[in-house]
Amino acid sequence: MIEINNINKAFNGKEVLKGISSQFKKGETNLIIGGSGTGKSVLLKCMIGLVKPDQGSVLYNGRDFYNCDKETQQSIRREMGVLFQGGALFDSKTVEENVRFPLDMLTSQSVEEKQERVAFCLQRVGLEQAAKRMPSEISGGMKKRVGIARAIVMNPAYLFCDEPNSGLDPLTSVKIDELIKEITEEYQITTIIITHDMNSVMEIGENIMFLYQGSKLWEGVNTDITKTTVPELKEFLFSNKLLREMQA
Amino acid sequence: MSVIGKYFIFLGTLFGKGEKLSVYWRRLMEECVGIGVSSIFIVAIVSTFIGAVSCIQTAYNLVSPIIPISTVALIVRDMEILELAPTITCIVLAGKVGSNIASELGTMRITEQIDALEVMGINSSSYLVLPKVVAAMLTFPMLVIFSAFLGIFGGYLAGTLTGVITERDYLYGIRDSFVPYNIFFMCVKPFVFGFLIASISSFKGFFTSGGALEVGKASTQAVTNSCISILIADYLLAQLLL
Repeated sequence: MIEINNINKAFNGKEVLKGISSQFKKGETNLIIGGSGTGKSVLLKCMIGLVKPDQGSVLYNGRDFYNCDKETQQSIRREMGVLFQGGALFDSKTVEENVRFPLDMLTSQSVEEKQERVAFCLQRVGLEQAAKRMPSEISGGMKKRVGIARAIVMNPAYLFCDEPNSGLDPLTSVKIDELIKEITEEYQITTIIITHDMNSVMEIGENIMFLYQGSKLWEGVNTDITKTTVPELKEFLFSNKLLREMQA
Repeated sequence: MSVIGKYFIFLGTLFGKGEKLSVYWRRLMEECVGIGVSSIFIVAIVSTFIGAVSCIQTAYNLVSPIIPISTVALIVRDMEILELAPTITCIVLAGKVGSNIASELGTMRITEQIDALEVMGINSSSYLVLPKVVAAMLTFPMLVIFSAFLGIFGGYLAGTLTGVITERDYLYGIRDSFVPYNIFFMCVKPFVFGFLIASISSFKGFFTSGGALEVGKASTQAVTNSCISILIADYLLAQLLL
């Protein structure tokens, strides 16, 4: 379980996150939604240690990420898998090398063990045939799937996904969502997804947090979200003409 | 001043918690190929022509009947060893290698590849930058020795083919009054310049933020700052070691 308490962050005096607190449970897909510039990505970066919050704590199964010794912090990092918005694949490495990279760097497994694990992860995301290709030779959706394979190769306890559907067609987007959901349930991972894709919200959002101008305005499950009375969330949800018509 | 302070803090992080030695060895070999081997062609072209032009222009200016013609070769040799091979070659390398390093790291930064390394708990600056700096410090002296040889050879070709100096005079001139210490001095310079080019360019690339425009700016700044630092270091080294 991940617990965030009173997270505050400001850049050049401008408050980006204002006292955000929440709990994200194991084996659930937790979504953080909100419009552009509301602080979703900053919150994610605070949680994975790329941006240090000005105030507040992030607890990984009770271990305070920002108030622990370096070894504990390092071991928490090694329990994380992160899927970045653009995939963040290393351009100079093949798909296979990208997925194997954390194993090469962080484990002392034999070559055979690593190959077996990489093959399993690539097969899990349906990309075993693309193992020898370079990131520049594969599509956006495939890059995301390679990113997922790399994120799960170390058997993470926590999976973070920053807008996994951005730039993808609706069908590929659904496939990516399903894959993340399956992996979350299969390996009982605590998954946190940053998104503003309404389809993801309705399909896989087991626990949803809505951010607006750096503050948490709503939190709940996807079955309740359409019944919300929070005007900002209603505006966000029904900004789409189709959804407005469905609501009517 | 704050940028200089940030640069020194950045240098400190290179020697922070590192990875397995085998990882560094593999990275070092990759960088030696990327920085050193891939620069051989440009260094060869530039050095040969600079040597050739030095020979012809020295001969053009050296018209006194009391100065032996073999002095042309002596001047070409000393110019190559003391200044042209180490400094001009490194300025050329600042353009090629420096811009390459800054744009590579800048692109890695804006496409979140560096973030991906950091999230994994890898010391990204040490993993990405240290091998580049060491590779530059190792390969630049080799390239400069190669450059000096080709420069002197270029002078020989230009001098003998155009008839401004005979082969015998040239060979006599390049052996006349030779000071072996100058070779040591020639090798110290690229060692220092290699460090400056690789570290400054890495610093510029590593802290890029924004998009493609900023990567271009970082690359330009890397080359400009590297060239300025080379010229300052060149003067200081000459003052200290000669």
